[in-house]
Amino acid sequence: MPEIALRLEAVSHVFHQGTPSEVRALDAVDLELERGTFTVVLGANGSGKSSLLNAVSGSLALTGGRVYLDGREVTRWTEQGRARLIGRVFQNPFTGTAADLSVAENLALAARRGGRRWLRRALGRDKRRALRKTVATLGMGLEDRLDTPIGLLSGGQRQALTLLMATMVRPTLLLLDEHTAALDPRSAEQVIRLTQSAITAGALTTLMVTHSMAEAVELGQRILVMHRGRVAYDLRDLRHQRLTEDDLLQLFDRLRWADRLDGPTAAMLRRTYV
Amino acid sequence: MNLLVGAATLGFILALLGLGVFISYRIYDTLDLTADGSFGVGAAVVAALLVRDVHPLPATAIATLAGVLAGAISGTLRTRFLVSALLAGVLTSTALYSVNLFVMGSGNLSLTAAESLVTLAEGLGQRLFGLPASLTVLGTTLSGGSIASLVLMALLAGGLALLLALFMGTDLGLAMRAAGNNPPMARAVAIDVDRMIVIGLGLSNGLIALSGALFAQYSGYSNIQMGIGALVTGLANLMVGEALLGRRSIGRWIAGAVVGAVVFRLLVAGAVRAGLNPSALKLVTALFVLAVLVLPQLARRARAGRGPKGAGSHA
Repeated sequence: MPEIALRLEAVSHVFHQGTPSEVRALDAVDLELERGTFTVVLGANGSGKSSLLNAVSGSLALTGGRVYLDGREVTRWTEQGRARLIGRVFQNPFTGTAADLSVAENLALAARRGGRRWLRRALGRDKRRALRKTVATLGMGLEDRLDTPIGLLSGGQRQALTLLMATMVRPTLLLLDEHTAALDPRSAEQVIRLTQSAITAGALTTLMVTHSMAEAVELGQRILVMHRGRVAYDLRDLRHQRLTEDDLLQLFDRLRWADRLDGPTAAMLRRTYV
Repeated sequence: MNLLVGAATLGFILALLGLGVFISYRIYDTLDLTADGSFGVGAAVVAALLVRDVHPLPATAIATLAGVLAGAISGTLRTRFLVSALLAGVLTSTALYSVNLFVMGSGNLSLTAAESLVTLAEGLGQRLFGLPASLTVLGTTLSGGSIASLVLMALLAGGLALLLALFMGTDLGLAMRAAGNNPPMARAVAIDVDRMIVIGLGLSNGLIALSGALFAQYSGYSNIQMGIGALVTGLANLMVGEALLGRRSIGRWIAGAVVGAVVFRLLVAGAVRAGLNPSALKLVTALFVLAVLVLPQLARRARAGRGPKGAGSHA
């Protein structure tokens, strides 16, 4: 087993290439994630942090560079092909689950991620019992609502189930795209707790985008600060040193001065992070 | 009585059309106009084979496969060539009109002299159950053939509806439903959404072609115009079924498509008996579908209009 779960080589994505409105969303990003590590990506709007995640998941076509998962090059793989190796939780709780299908049916679909889908009954009695047990681990009482259409559940409940779906077949890489941003504070806290325990239990390699400095310093073993499509800061081995939100704010201030950001952008940064 | 048996038989035949439209309209939430073409393909292919003395079973199977192929082509237009669902359906069914003409060799083929599933069922009924050539029920005389047809079509519709309901609970069936309900979610659990659309439309149009093939055999002829309005008829079946059985579970929903088709046919037969000009049937069907689709929205808008927000707009 290779020690590197994800490797990016000079990954680039340019919007409107060759026109005056050209934007380098990703500018030759090199990155290696070691197996079993938790990496947090921070950055202002438009810094390229979402593009980075989408380049890994395959929902954003690259204009240059290569992507490797588990040492295998996946640059030309489709999104659903890469999903065999990648678990994902999206910002919008509605994206990660099929609203009209029941809780059990959604979970059964996720349980076959990477497997063959043919004419086998998806929800036999044994399968239901196993799913009940898995859902009970969330501690939300959802094991009694297996036949409820998942669209009737709250955002927090759906997000917790999406997290379960992303990890029930152990992924090579777990991608979390601001997955608590659309939740109320209590649900967000609950989902973060579940995230932590899932990652610890499975020793999962995780890449998480967040807007929350608090989450970043609390969870991240490694923090990447994106700026203008590049990794501006790569803070490593954070387990052994206490990093505070103030430290991160200073980094952002430094980026701002280096860049001579205009006032409104600076104000936006403050609004978002302070 | 004869009228009722005929209407019910037709209802079971068109229930398969309803099941096909259920897949495209309710699973994938798209109006697939390929239906009009594939209903005609089913009728054309089976007629062309039967007049050449091909056995009715393989003839019906080949007609069904032709529909599967039509659906797969339409699905490929959508997914590989990024054509809109509407255009893909219109293109495929328009092209199929010519194909059907080539297959039949003319605009009309009579099957009265040919062996068909209907004559086969009649013979089977006589041999196995001693079904007489005619019998009297409740004071009216029915032909043995019409009873055999009713039983055959009811078994086919019921059996295929059951199979479809079971299919929806398999790994592949669930994957299809997820692909229709939420494509990003489906991709995130490694489902190939494009493939699911091609398979789904193939399945849908296979059922519709089978419906067309049975319709031609029951009617005793195939006509180039047969497929026109198939999609709307299928929608009407679905809507009657949803009104009667609701959509609480996928099994009920599918059963509704069958029940709805039969009830709708009985209603139509009653209306014709009461003096409705048969030429107006398609107009009435279209108006019915329009009413079912539009009235709830109009009612909602009317309710919203009485609220504080909409109050000013009537000033």
